[in-house]
Amino acid sequence: MGAQISYDIAHLIGATVLMAGFQLLYQRRLFAVLNTFAFQALALAAAAAWQAHIQHAPHLYVTAGIALVFKAIIVPIALHWLVEQLGIHKNVETAMSIGWTMMAGVALVTLSILLVLPVTANAAALTRESLALAMSVVLLGLLMMITRHNAVTQVVGFMALENGLILAAVSAKGMPLVVEISVAFSVLVAMTLFGIFFFRIRERFDTLDLADLETHRGDR
Amino acid sequence: MLIAAALSALLALAVLGVAAGAEMWRHRMVYFCCMIASLALLAGGIKHLGQTPGTGPAIILPIGLPWLAAHFRLDNLSALFMVVVNLASAAASAYGIGYCSHLPEPRRVTPFYPLFLFGMNTVLIADDAFMFLVAWEFMSLSSWLLVLADHKNAENRRAAFVYLVMACFGTFCLLTCFGLMAGGEGAYSFSAMRAAKLDGIAGFLVVLLALLGAGSKAGLVPLHAWLPLAHPAAPSHVSALMSGVMTKVALYGLIRILFDLHGHVNWAWGAAMMVIGGITAVMGVLYAILQDDLKKLLAYSTVENIGVVVIGLGLAIAFKGSGEKTLAALALVAGLYHIVNHSIFKTLWFLSAGAVITATGERDLGKLGGLTKRMPWNGVAALVGAIAISALPPLNGFVSEWLIFQSLFKGPSLPHWAMKFGVPVVGAMLALAAALAAACFVRAYGIAFLGRPRSEAAAQAHQVPATMRWTVALLAVLCVVLGAIPVTITDALSHVVTPLTGVSFAVSADLGWPWLSPVSSTRGSYSGTVLVMTGAGLCAITLLLVHGFGTTRVRRADAWDCGHKESIPESQYTGQSFSQPLRRVFCASIFAARESVDMPDPGDNRPAEMKVRIIDPIWVGLYAGIGRVVDFIADLVNRIQYLTVRRYLLMMFATLVFMLLIVAVRQNQ
Repeated sequence: MGAQISYDIAHLIGATVLMAGFQLLYQRRLFAVLNTFAFQALALAAAAAWQAHIQHAPHLYVTAGIALVFKAIIVPIALHWLVEQLGIHKNVETAMSIGWTMMAGVALVTLSILLVLPVTANAAALTRESLALAMSVVLLGLLMMITRHNAVTQVVGFMALENGLILAAVSAKGMPLVVEISVAFSVLVAMTLFGIFFFRIRERFDTLDLADLETHRGDR
Repeated sequence: MLIAAALSALLALAVLGVAAGAEMWRHRMVYFCCMIASLALLAGGIKHLGQTPGTGPAIILPIGLPWLAAHFRLDNLSALFMVVVNLASAAASAYGIGYCSHLPEPRRVTPFYPLFLFGMNTVLIADDAFMFLVAWEFMSLSSWLLVLADHKNAENRRAAFVYLVMACFGTFCLLTCFGLMAGGEGAYSFSAMRAAKLDGIAGFLVVLLALLGAGSKAGLVPLHAWLPLAHPAAPSHVSALMSGVMTKVALYGLIRILFDLHGHVNWAWGAAMMVIGGITAVMGVLYAILQDDLKKLLAYSTVENIGVVVIGLGLAIAFKGSGEKTLAALALVAGLYHIVNHSIFKTLWFLSAGAVITATGERDLGKLGGLTKRMPWNGVAALVGAIAISALPPLNGFVSEWLIFQSLFKGPSLPHWAMKFGVPVVGAMLALAAALAAACFVRAYGIAFLGRPRSEAAAQAHQVPATMRWTVALLAVLCVVLGAIPVTITDALSHVVTPLTGVSFAVSADLGWPWLSPVSSTRGSYSGTVLVMTGAGLCAITLLLVHGFGTTRVRRADAWDCGHKESIPESQYTGQSFSQPLRRVFCASIFAARESVDMPDPGDNRPAEMKVRIIDPIWVGLYAGIGRVVDFIADLVNRIQYLTVRRYLLMMFATLVFMLLIVAVRQNQ
């Protein structure tokens, strides 16, 4: 296989992760959000595996495995279970209209490409593209966190942001495995904590809509 | 050596002041020692006043910032101000010996008083920007604590707050000013600043910041707002120093920066200063005329006198910038002379006000009256002070204002048209201010000390302790002396002026002692000495004649009752009625003064009321405006305090995107 085809495939998988990020932005239903997130994690696992293959770095297979097991399977299932347990409305309110959100997302992708390409002028073409894509995913995750009212979708946004970080990590050569594993585990721990907090919040306030929670702050 | 010993003694006295506790004799002891220290510093100042430029004692102490030792130096200018500061300090300290027992809380005053003296003196001998600012802050903070001495009164707390804000503003300006002069290398010693040349925008900024920084301390309009609040709040001997001396230390800073450190002067800055000085003088005296509170009146009068001095300084800069060095020296001598004079007669008046407050417990003019009879010492001394401050010959106030006028008359000889037309305007302002000041002090003296008592407290007034009488008497004598030997004073001042203007100059050159002849021998000459001698001789002859040929019997008659049979004090002139014509003429436009009469309906037996409403344009326009802007910004910032979680995230996200945008734009250029 030539260098061109491996570059194209890496680009394709990275773009898939990014597209999944966009998809997350316009999903209105909670389960659809979770499914899309699982799909993004799957694409991420594929990206990691492909990078392991073309970089001849076997430890990236471990990263791919972690992404596959934890992020594509355990986390979505856990969140499914949480949503079922909590009995939340399946519809998700957005703070901004979908059209504007998408446009903002496109603008963010443009920004990250403008930003990353000149900085990494000396790096390999593969790394440059992947870094631009990874940064776009991170920004989209942030955007998702601020455009959603619901606590669960905010957590998903946070996880998507973390997906972007992993994507950046796998495409840069020589990133030690221990970094990726620790990131993965911290996300898992964060997930657990979020779950516990959801229950606590729910117990106290009967809602997970942040707009309702804000009225309960002490200073209001 | 003497000076160093006296300064360390002042620091030690501050500790003693803390230890004084409730024992009144210890407080008296501290004031007595302060007086001795001030006298020692005064002697040190006089000793070094006439030295050849560049030979003054200098010392470098290894304290202060790690890379910058503390530089001290005593040149002629410092020596002159040391004399000014410590003359008044000695008088105020001596006054304090008697006065401190009348204070409600002497323990809140005594410890800070020596610190205040220490701060002012250290400003004068500092020879690097760091020491200067530290001493300046020392002076500000200790005087702030003194303003706050009677902190139970809400008005005093407000005064202290305004004072603190203005002091911080002033120091901030000076800090920036010195920073500009120190340049990129950070050469903070004054000798390095003298060597550096600043021009263009930096030079202008230095002048502007110096004017703002020192001007806020001295009380230039519109930065005068703290004076009339803080001076009445402090105990009288402290307010005498704040008004008579601390404002002079501020002017010292201005002179040091504009004439010494920042050598490149432009005549236009001088012209601007003259206009500011003229406005300050007129506004200050107009404010003063409207006041019923004796100490507030005096504080505003200080504003006026600062304006007069600044006119002199501005004129000196204008002359110096145009190359007229002799005239510059003349204007500077006039300004310095007025500084010396004002420190004496304003201290005298504040100490008199303190005596009035001690004797009657009142400082409202409407409740005083007839005090000359009950407190003859203070009455006579205040009369001398009033004559001096109104610039009447032969006392000292006249000489300095006359000199300023003489130098103003030479202003149109400058080649700039702005000066040709501007100088007469400033001269007119100065003349107006001088005339109004006379009216103001006729009012202050007449209402407070003459006539019949307007309240029970004034009728029961008693003599004050001996130290409080002697100090004002001595200051009154000084007023006469400084007016009687003007040539001696100007000769001493020309030593100070020579290194600043680069020309050796004697005001009496043409005619010699005792004639002041600043312009030429044929026109504009004055001799205070001859005038005093002649006046004293005439008085003696008159007295002799009257007592020799007149009757010696005492004839008693009823006091003039203005047509009122009843003995109501308001049938005399009151403070309000005295100032009403001036208020109608000048204040209707400037202060938006409006009079309204509240007439009761027929059958209603309440008295009719006449109300006067006065709006301070500077307070309303400038300070209240700034306050509103600050409130508005604070409200905006406060809103950030109560954002929702999602908005916090949004804020961070927006910041991140904004930063990334900057990076992206910079990269793609």
